[in-house]
Order: sequence, then C-alpha cells, then structure tokens
Amino acid sequence: MPDWLPALERRPAPSSVMRMAAPLLAALAITLTALLAFAALDLSPWSGLYTFFISPIASAYGVGEWLLKATPLALCALGLSIAFRANVWNIGAEGQSTAGAITGGGVALYLAPQLGGAGVPVMLFAGIAGGMLWAAIPAWLRTRFNTSEILTSLMLVYVAQLLLAWLMHGHWQDPQGFNYPQSRAFDDALILPLLADGQRATSAVWMTALLALATWVLVRWSYAGYRMWVGGEAPAAARYAGFSEARSVWLGMLISGGAAGLAGIAEVAGPIGRLQTSISPGYGFAAIIVAFVGRLHPLGVVLAALLMSLLYLGGEAAQLELGLPAAVTGIFQGLLLFYLLAADVFTHYRLRRPPVARPA
Amino acid sequence: MSGSYVIALISATVIAATPLVFAAVGELVAERAGVLNLGVEGMMLVGALAAFIVSTHSGSLLLGFAAGAGAGLALALLFALLTLTLQTNQVATGLALTLFGSGLSAVLGRPYAGHPGATMPVLFHFDAAVYLALAMVPFTAWVLNRTRVGLLIRAVGESPQTAHALGKAVQSLRYGAVGFGGLLSGLGGAYLSMAVTPMWVEGLTAGRGWIALALVVFSIWKPWRVLLGAWLFGGMTVLQLHAQALGLPVPGEFMSMLPYLATILVLVLICRNPRLLRLNQPASLGRPFHAEH
Repeated sequence: MPDWLPALERRPAPSSVMRMAAPLLAALAITLTALLAFAALDLSPWSGLYTFFISPIASAYGVGEWLLKATPLALCALGLSIAFRANVWNIGAEGQSTAGAITGGGVALYLAPQLGGAGVPVMLFAGIAGGMLWAAIPAWLRTRFNTSEILTSLMLVYVAQLLLAWLMHGHWQDPQGFNYPQSRAFDDALILPLLADGQRATSAVWMTALLALATWVLVRWSYAGYRMWVGGEAPAAARYAGFSEARSVWLGMLISGGAAGLAGIAEVAGPIGRLQTSISPGYGFAAIIVAFVGRLHPLGVVLAALLMSLLYLGGEAAQLELGLPAAVTGIFQGLLLFYLLAADVFTHYRLRRPPVARPA
Repeated sequence: MSGSYVIALISATVIAATPLVFAAVGELVAERAGVLNLGVEGMMLVGALAAFIVSTHSGSLLLGFAAGAGAGLALALLFALLTLTLQTNQVATGLALTLFGSGLSAVLGRPYAGHPGATMPVLFHFDAAVYLALAMVPFTAWVLNRTRVGLLIRAVGESPQTAHALGKAVQSLRYGAVGFGGLLSGLGGAYLSMAVTPMWVEGLTAGRGWIALALVVFSIWKPWRVLLGAWLFGGMTVLQLHAQALGLPVPGEFMSMLPYLATILVLVLICRNPRLLRLNQPASLGRPFHAEH
C-alpha cells in the first residue's frame, strides 16, 4: 500500500464508542442505500422512504404488525446472541423454529383435548423442547465428534422443512382441507391471546420481553454466562481456568434452539393458527443479522429486531405500493450486515495518519 | 435393470456433480490460502442467475458462463474487500454474502422465474463444461502442489505471519485465491441454471453451496478427493429423482433429505479424527491477518 494513504492501525483496546456507533452507522448507511435505490428506480426518494419505513407503522394495526414480526426475530436472536457470545455458531435457528412448530403443533392437534386448561403451556413447552432437540444434534456432533456446528445446524434446516412438508402432505394433513398441504386449524383455546383488539400481535410479545430480561441476567450476572463469555473471548484462558468447552456448546445450542422453538410454536399458535409447509419467511436466518446488529446485547437485540421487522414490513409495502418484489428485504438484510461489519472495523482499528519525516 | 439405464444413471450423476466440483474446488483454493468463505451459496445463486439472463438474451452459452463467472468473482471480491482489507469476521461476512446473494438473485430473477433455458450441445454424452470441471481438479492439484504460486498459497494459509516476514504479498495472494473461488462458484451456478436444471427459480441452488463447503472438509483439502465426494453427492441427487422408477417405497421428502443427512454423516466421519484434521486443515483457516509493518 502506498505510504501516503492512511493505513489501519490496531487500537490498544476496542473502542466502546465505536461499538455503540457502528449499528447506528449501519442503519444510516442502509437508509442512504434505500434513497439511492429509489432514485435509481425513478421513484421520488422521500415518498419511497415514507412508503418503506413510515407508512407501514403509521396506524395502530401497523404497530401491531411491527411487533408481530419483531417477536420471532427477537426470540431467535436473543437465543443466538447467547450462543454467539460463546463462539458457538448456531446458524440453524430456522430449522429449530420449524422443529418447535412441529412438536408444539403436534401437541395442539392431537394431545390438547386431553389436557384441558394445561393445553397452552404444554404446547409451548413442547415447542421449546422440539427446538432444543433439533439443536441438540449439532451440539452432540460438535462435542462428541468435533464436527463444526455451522454446517450441521444449517443442513438440519432443510431436513426439518422436509419433515414438516412430509407431515403436511401425509399424516397430519387436514382431511377437509381440499388437499392443501396444511393441518386443520388449532382449537381457539390454544391460539395465543391478542395484545389488543384490531391488530394481530399476540402475548408472545410478553414472552419476548421476559426472555430479553432472562438473557440479560444470564449474560450479565450469572457464573454460567461468564464462563461462556470467557470461552468465546479467550478460549485458551477458559481452558486454563477449567471452564468446560463442551458445557458452553451444549448450553449455547440448547438455549438458542429452545428460543427458536418457542418462536416457531408462537407463530403457528399465533398469526398462522395451524401448521402449514411454510411457517417463516426466513426469520431464523434474519435473526443472525439481528443478533450481530444488536451487538449480542439483549436490549440491542430487541431494538435490532424492531429495525429488521420494519425492513420486512417495508418490503411488503414496497411490493404493494411501488411494485417492487418483496425479496428486496433480503438484499437490505445482507447489506445491513455488510455495513455493520465494515463499520465495526473502526471498533478495533483506527486510521493511522501517513508517517511524517521525524528528526533523527 | 438394463445396461443403458445404468449408463443413463451414471451420466446423470456426473452432470449433477459438476456444479459441486466447480464450487468445491474453488472454495478449496480459498481455504488453502486461509480464507473461509461461507458465501458459496450466495455466489452460486448470483452466478446462476447472471448466466441464465445473459444466455437467454444473447443465445450464447459461452457468454452465459462468462457472466456467471464474472458475477461470482464480483461477489467474492466484495467478500475479500470486507474480510481482507477491512478485517471483518469471516464467518459473519460469509453468511451476509449468502443472504445478500439470495436476496439479490430473487429480486433480479423475478421476471425470469419459470422460463425454460437454452440447452447445451453434448460431446460423448457430456457437454464441454463437464470436461472443464473435470480438468479443474488435476489443474488445481498441480498448481497447489507443484508450482511456486501454489506453494505460496499454502504458505499463506498455514502461517501468514511467516509468509509476510519473508516478504510475500499475503493480501494479494488471498485476494487471488478468494477471487478464484468466486469465479468457480459462479461457474458452478451457471452450469446449474443452464444445464442441470435449465431454468431459473428462486433459491435454485437448494443448499448446494453449503454442500460444496462440506465437500471441502470431506476432501481434507485435497482436490482429487473433491471429485470423489461430488460424485457421491451427485449420485444421491440422481437416486432421489429415480427412486420411484427403481420402486423404492420411501416418501419423496425423505429421499430429498438424503444429501443433507449424508453431508452431516461425511462431516462426522472426517472430523471425528482430530489428527486427520490437524494434519490437513490449513492452520490459519478463518483467522484474519493484519500486517503491522
């Protein structure tokens, strides 16, 4: 690199100011990108921006939709933030969500009548257990066979989706459903109550708030959380201190899998109301971005989930009103993470001014 | 089972394996230089779409392949800029690249969804791209093991600090290796949308980019073993399509799970032996390198 260019120089310690500023810079950059994209498509930038980011939440119903989509994102991302802190790369939350929907949905369809009043809690716990079970596979393969959880957890996403598709085309299909690949609707008593009338967000919002609080307690105050954090930041130090890596992997995978399972069952026992072949527009993958943009901190994750939910709503609004495909959301998701990672450079590095001639 | 049916199965296997050979050999070179690019799926998708659009409009498959390779290269260079120059986390950046590539190809491919594509001319059962993919294997093995630049790539993947101290251009070599990986991922995607399933649908690759990543581990970073793994997986894809013809009483969804379950299985078989990994995995794989002086 030529001498006159400023070069990157490692900071003695990561900058805490930049750590907080990086997500804001990334959000700013994504807004600028949206403006440029609207200009390139010959749309008025300001009305485009209004359509994408403001009109979707300009009504009480809109705010409900905002919370509704933020809920599964936040649930998955809170769990993932715990795993990522411990350097456990669970990228299969989408599959664990699906597994949770299957187990919870199975309880809702076939066991709930016998359970009476306990139906909802048993269904929710079955969902959590399903997500945990699906996450236990990569955890076991990693701790027992040294196999990277990145690829195994991802492969299991496809397996879970195919399993759900098989059930929806076969044993669990609604006999009165005109052959649609979906189950019968869940009983009304099992559908999670709405937060308020005239919108669709459910009591899962409260579960999310509770999980955020629990996550904060775990990472900030618990010894288990501390051991996982040390394992992620400095594996050698953790080994020297006698903190078990396998324990971190199991905890990280089970917590993130359970949270994703809860997200899955809350979706099917909420806005969807039944099992069907597709239960998520990629919330489990988007949650990876949410966890990073939220700096793996519970409050940050909740805020990032709200931002990501807005991107989903904006994508839908852009489809309806501007005629853009809804997949535009996917581009913005990827870009958001790129911007964040790029802005993060300045957390660890600073620009070194070109060297000036020093007197000998 | 007649002989011609067996030959048809074998040639279908080789064709289904070709995108995997391209993508896995490319990723292997990037990993030998110490860079883990989890964006293979995204690069394949964008390469597949670019090839499909260009070949549909120009009528030229050659231009289609060039477009696919170019699109893969462009995404790989974006990844290199972030991870090598800006020192971002390789795992997170690779995931972002896959998400970005899926979104981009879904949006730009909207007008082309469901259109049939052009078909390839064949030579002894196979088209030229199959032979190109087959040729990439000995070529890569030769470059990595027998040439000076191959030695440098391996050195950079084992210990960038040492290579840097010896005055070797670590960054340029890594840029080159990542770019080569993108080029080949793009070619793999192009072959998928122009030959294996000559059409465009959203998410056309269906996890093949991830399977290619697993194949690199399966190959213990040796090009010849990529070929073996790719044929294994190609065979599984074909088996899945022909299961009903062969009279297997297994639901289609379970047959479709096979490649994913097999990926997990081969990963376990390789990784359960820590010595095998320690001996063959590039020592600095996934670790960022920043030259202080």
